Amino acid sequence: MEAFSALVAAEEAAGSFDPEAKNIAAATNAGLAYGLAAIGPGIGIGYLVGKSVEAMARQPEAAGMVRTTMFLGIAFTEALALIGFVVFILVKFA
Amino acid sequence: MLAERGLVFPPINEILRWQDIFPSFNKVALIAVASALIGIGLFLLASRGDAKKAPTGARNLAETTVEFIEEGIVMQTLGKSGLGWTPFLLSLFIFIFLCNLPGVIPILQMPATARMAIPLALSLLVWVLFIGTGIKHQGMGYFTGLLWPAGVPTALKPLVGGIEFVSTIFITPFSLTVRLMANMMAGHILLVTFGLLTEALVTAETSQALLVPAGIMPFFMLIFLTGFEILVAFLQAYIFTILAAVYFNNSTVGHGDEH
Repeated sequence: MEAFSALVAAEEAAGSFDPEAKNIAAATNAGLAYGLAAIGPGIGIGYLVGKSVEAMARQPEAAGMVRTTMFLGIAFTEALALIGFVVFILVKFA
Repeated sequence: MLAERGLVFPPINEILRWQDIFPSFNKVALIAVASALIGIGLFLLASRGDAKKAPTGARNLAETTVEFIEEGIVMQTLGKSGLGWTPFLLSLFIFIFLCNLPGVIPILQMPATARMAIPLALSLLVWVLFIGTGIKHQGMGYFTGLLWPAGVPTALKPLVGGIEFVSTIFITPFSLTVRLMANMMAGHILLVTFGLLTEALVTAETSQALLVPAGIMPFFMLIFLTGFEILVAFLQAYIFTILAAVYFNNSTVGHGDEH
């Protein structure tokens, strides 16, 4: 982060700093950041729910327990994608 | 030039920041206060019903909610000995759910939990409580159990202990906060986006024959997402509560010998 602000300061000092260019870079990188952050949790949640459905189909009497654990797992996995979303907001607007 | 006539996405502060109704009290605070009062009012109303007759009205709703918290959250995570946590988890669930719900209520259209303040305050409350529970049930052994976990090879203990300590003390409240806030904010922005798309297409000034009927597509998506947001409001309240219960359970029994 510090290296980044040093870079921005150097750019400003050189007189080549363009706010429009910064906006364009922010918009591009924000989209990229969220897209990358969504890949892992997407695979993870898909795998998790798929396995849970398998377990529920195999043992319907354990469905309640499996469902609770599934929601817990989803909550932990999804957190990564949500942090990616927060980074998107920070990069784009902050 | 183009942006002034076509689709204009407002700056983020216009979507999420509200004018003060009176100093230091805005719509988000109003929703939070209203949620607390509605929750209290519902249960006061329910408590006046006759306990010997079959429950009706508000009492019916309140009893279903209590049963859901007991069966769906406390018994699943804390077990029978954790039933004392029911009142706290119940108030947590009701408050978060009622704060989330205004995201889809017309006129209000703002989940109070989409701002950092309320999720942060709630997860700090949970944080203080689960550390307090750990100290109460395990004494200072709670912290040594975190830093020097039992049942791990000695060579790995500093590494595992470090990770365990950081994840319990720092990551836990952070992820609890961000999960709730980001979910509700993402939902809010999604609804704004599709609302704007619908409006921009219906009020299009060029090629109206094509664009105005196309406005039906984002409109249907908007309806679908509104229904989805009701589900998310419930699910996030449920997840916040059940995670709080899991953390309390971890502090009560300690890591390693759970279940």
